Amino acid sequence: MHPTDFTIRGALEALSEGIVTSEALTAAHLRAIEALNPRLNAFITVTAERAMEAARASDTRRANGVAGKLEGIPLAIKDLFCTQGVRTTAASRILGEFTPPYESTVTSNLLRDGAVFLGKVNLDEFAMGSSNATSAFGEVENPWKRGNDDGTTLVPGGSSGGSAAAVAARLAMGATATDTGGSIRQPAAFCGIAGIKPTYGRCSRWGVVAFASSLDTPGPVARTVEDCAILLESMSGHDPKDSTSAPAPVPDFAAACARGVKGLRIGVPREYRLEGMPEEIEALWQQGLAWLRAEGAEIVDISLPHTKYALPTYYIVAPAEASSNLARYDGVRYGLRRDGEDLRDLYERTRAAGFGDEVKRRIMIGTYVLSAGYYDAYYLKAQKVRTLIKRDFDEAFRGVDAIVTPATPSAAFAAGEKQDDPVAMYLNDVFTVTANLAGIPGMTVPAGYDRQGLPLGLQVLGRAFDEETVFAVSAAIEHAAGLTKLPQVRAFA
Amino acid sequence: MSYTISGETGPWELVIGLEVHAQVTSNAKLFSGAATGFGAEPNSQVSFVDAGFPGMLPVINRECVAQAVRTGLGLNAQVNPWSRFDRKNYFYADLPQGYQISQFAHPIVGEGKITIELSDGSTREIGITRLHLEQDAGKSLHDQHPGKSYIDLNRSGVALMEIVSEPDMRSPEEAGAYLTKLRQILRYLGSCDGNMEQGSLRADVNVSVRKAGEGFRTRCEVKNVNSIRFVMQAVEAEARRQIEVWESGGTVDQETRLFDTSRGVTRSMRSKEDAHDYRYFPDPDLPPLVIEPGWIEELKSGLPELPDARRTRYVNEFGLSAYDASVLVAEKETAAFYEEVAAGRDPKVAANWVMGDFFAILNRMGRGIEDSPVSAKHLGALLDLIADRTLSGKMAKEVLEAMAETGKPPGTIVEERGLRQVSDTGAIEAAVDAIIAANPDKVEQYRAKPTLFGWFVGQVMKAMKGQGNPALVNEVLKARLDG
Repeated sequence: MHPTDFTIRGALEALSEGIVTSEALTAAHLRAIEALNPRLNAFITVTAERAMEAARASDTRRANGVAGKLEGIPLAIKDLFCTQGVRTTAASRILGEFTPPYESTVTSNLLRDGAVFLGKVNLDEFAMGSSNATSAFGEVENPWKRGNDDGTTLVPGGSSGGSAAAVAARLAMGATATDTGGSIRQPAAFCGIAGIKPTYGRCSRWGVVAFASSLDTPGPVARTVEDCAILLESMSGHDPKDSTSAPAPVPDFAAACARGVKGLRIGVPREYRLEGMPEEIEALWQQGLAWLRAEGAEIVDISLPHTKYALPTYYIVAPAEASSNLARYDGVRYGLRRDGEDLRDLYERTRAAGFGDEVKRRIMIGTYVLSAGYYDAYYLKAQKVRTLIKRDFDEAFRGVDAIVTPATPSAAFAAGEKQDDPVAMYLNDVFTVTANLAGIPGMTVPAGYDRQGLPLGLQVLGRAFDEETVFAVSAAIEHAAGLTKLPQVRAFA
Repeated sequence: MSYTISGETGPWELVIGLEVHAQVTSNAKLFSGAATGFGAEPNSQVSFVDAGFPGMLPVINRECVAQAVRTGLGLNAQVNPWSRFDRKNYFYADLPQGYQISQFAHPIVGEGKITIELSDGSTREIGITRLHLEQDAGKSLHDQHPGKSYIDLNRSGVALMEIVSEPDMRSPEEAGAYLTKLRQILRYLGSCDGNMEQGSLRADVNVSVRKAGEGFRTRCEVKNVNSIRFVMQAVEAEARRQIEVWESGGTVDQETRLFDTSRGVTRSMRSKEDAHDYRYFPDPDLPPLVIEPGWIEELKSGLPELPDARRTRYVNEFGLSAYDASVLVAEKETAAFYEEVAAGRDPKVAANWVMGDFFAILNRMGRGIEDSPVSAKHLGALLDLIADRTLSGKMAKEVLEAMAETGKPPGTIVEERGLRQVSDTGAIEAAVDAIIAANPDKVEQYRAKPTLFGWFVGQVMKAMKGQGNPALVNEVLKARLDG
């Protein structure tokens, strides 16, 4: 078995049994990155030397009997997390060579538990996008191919496209990611891996470059449900530096994966059955429900009546917050600066040069919906609808323990396919944005393939702070699906 | 008769409201742990939060909230158990986040009122509309370099209370009295040091004029006035300008103006058309601010005695005049000094000494009560020496002068200079008898002209080197001459 094929659980066992060292694991992943990253472009920054030093330090700790929960595991970090001493770009030109003098809480937690960071992975600029095409550091290639069609490059999804592609192609065992409207779950589905957006407040946002503060949720992607559970447990916890961080205890998520689904009531929301949705998506959904029923779960039809308003609501709330959050990138204190005739000219030149089209589009939408005379019609209305969507879930969860839906309306699409139509692109988030608006946990679990052999995922939604049930249901689907196909592009295939 | 300004068309009334920005006294900023001291090296008190770095998040400082609650209670105002922070969005080089965190829709403190005193002895109630917490911005320095502006972020993120009054004031004097009273209350509470020169307290003055019986006309806002005197001047200058505009057939436009202190006029800063659209919305980084009723009660019970209550106590319990009481409570430090002097002594005598000879010394030396050369303890000891007849009033004045010069306690000065008053009846009788024996002619004259009594007193005191107890000298002389 090649060291890059380990799951995190498997690697932790191999490390503790002395079968492998972190140095060997890390070196193998760095070789894989060297070999494949020029093609996939999953990493923006590879910190090979730091990684090897960290791996050796980890082996020393393990030898001294002080191994953390993630001791020696090589991970990729979405380049939205500030990492002390390592350039952090948010995949934007506007941050220039910005190198944070601080470490985000989530990555600090991972380092505390012994993780080894391989580098910073690509994303849509400021996490705004569903295909990783808006990155100032170039597009990321999905390691999966359609049938025998090796020629078409598929997108890895977004915004955590680099995280998902790197993990799928075995350039990292797991990765941090963030999810504002589906940015963990959609790329995980496109790349055939697992990923969880935990409850809002579960993982601290401190040190994560902000997109939309009330929606941004850090979480992990990995190749198995259990690996996600192991990573999430390490990333989670109350952080007094984030006022929206929840002072809730962190349960043993990995243990929850083995709970089974016997006796659980699984909701199937009728509003998620979209007109024109591909038959294979519907078939996968039914298959997933059949597996759960076979494991002893009860399937219940439910209604989430305000679902159809979720996407427009999201595309008001998220840009509104983004337009304010991105105001700090003004060329005055750090990052890119284009000097001008006066202060206003400096702002205009800097922001014109520093931001890409999608970011500018969202800043403009956000500025518009917050403007005097429009605020009530857009932002305030959207907040009210958001409350209704949250209430839909509250009511649904009185009758069910989890909800299962498709993760995306399609498998990965080709690069450039939806680039000219922002609205078609926004539709990618149709199944995922509701969880962000409601703040509840949602997980993508790989469950099958489309007719061209591309991975498809199901989404499991749970009650706020009940990630354990989400893990239990996802693990049951994963187990029943028993998928074995690997992406065509991967390390040491 | 209410205050008016006469124009060509007759008298005009003034309508004035104040928005006061008071820097909250606290060791750390509103949403970061950075220090807040005045006069530090530029950019030496700046956290990554204050500098708007990526991924940084605000965390509310509990002490700043406590100060706002205390202030609300001190202004007899409603403290709102639920309030919220909003973002006020605009671009400026000294505003690192691109927005100011403020409370727009739901302030922490609602309606209240304060009572102001006017020079004619009358009082008026002025309504408080609201008090909210917000961040200060940094400072742009445009005069340090020919081609560049410098930015100092030390103030960035410092907690301010914006205290908004109702448009209840009708004259420059009332505006001045309001700001004076507000400053006094803040200083008593310890929620703001009230230092206007250092910018801890600044006022935006809203002024309009109208004819008697009219509703409100358009107002203008004069920004950032930094002394009570300038507030009064700005009100009058702006009112006169508006009267001239109206009377020349023009219209006053709603706009923001600045007060030019050297020329005593206001000038336009920006018009309503240039006004920013601040795009206020609730700050998603901060949950609503919920204040437990129990905490409000706790803060209430810890409030110091405020000036109005203290003045009433001085009048009712100490028997001081309303005027004397007002003077003594005007500054928290003066009142504290006075109470220390008065403790266990005659409060009226203490008030006379504090406001009389002691204030005169401070004035002459150009000192404030904080750096007084005479401590309250020493001044009290001096009053004790008068009370036990060690010193006469006249001697005590001399001793006080010496105390101010040397900083020594009165007892030491009395010892050093041998200034002890002689109250020994025997010694006084001996001196009196000697003077009477030496001046039979004067004794004869005294029979016809009792005003000569003063001459005898002077002679006895002279013989006793000024240390005879004046009351006893009088008593003995009277007995001898009339007896």
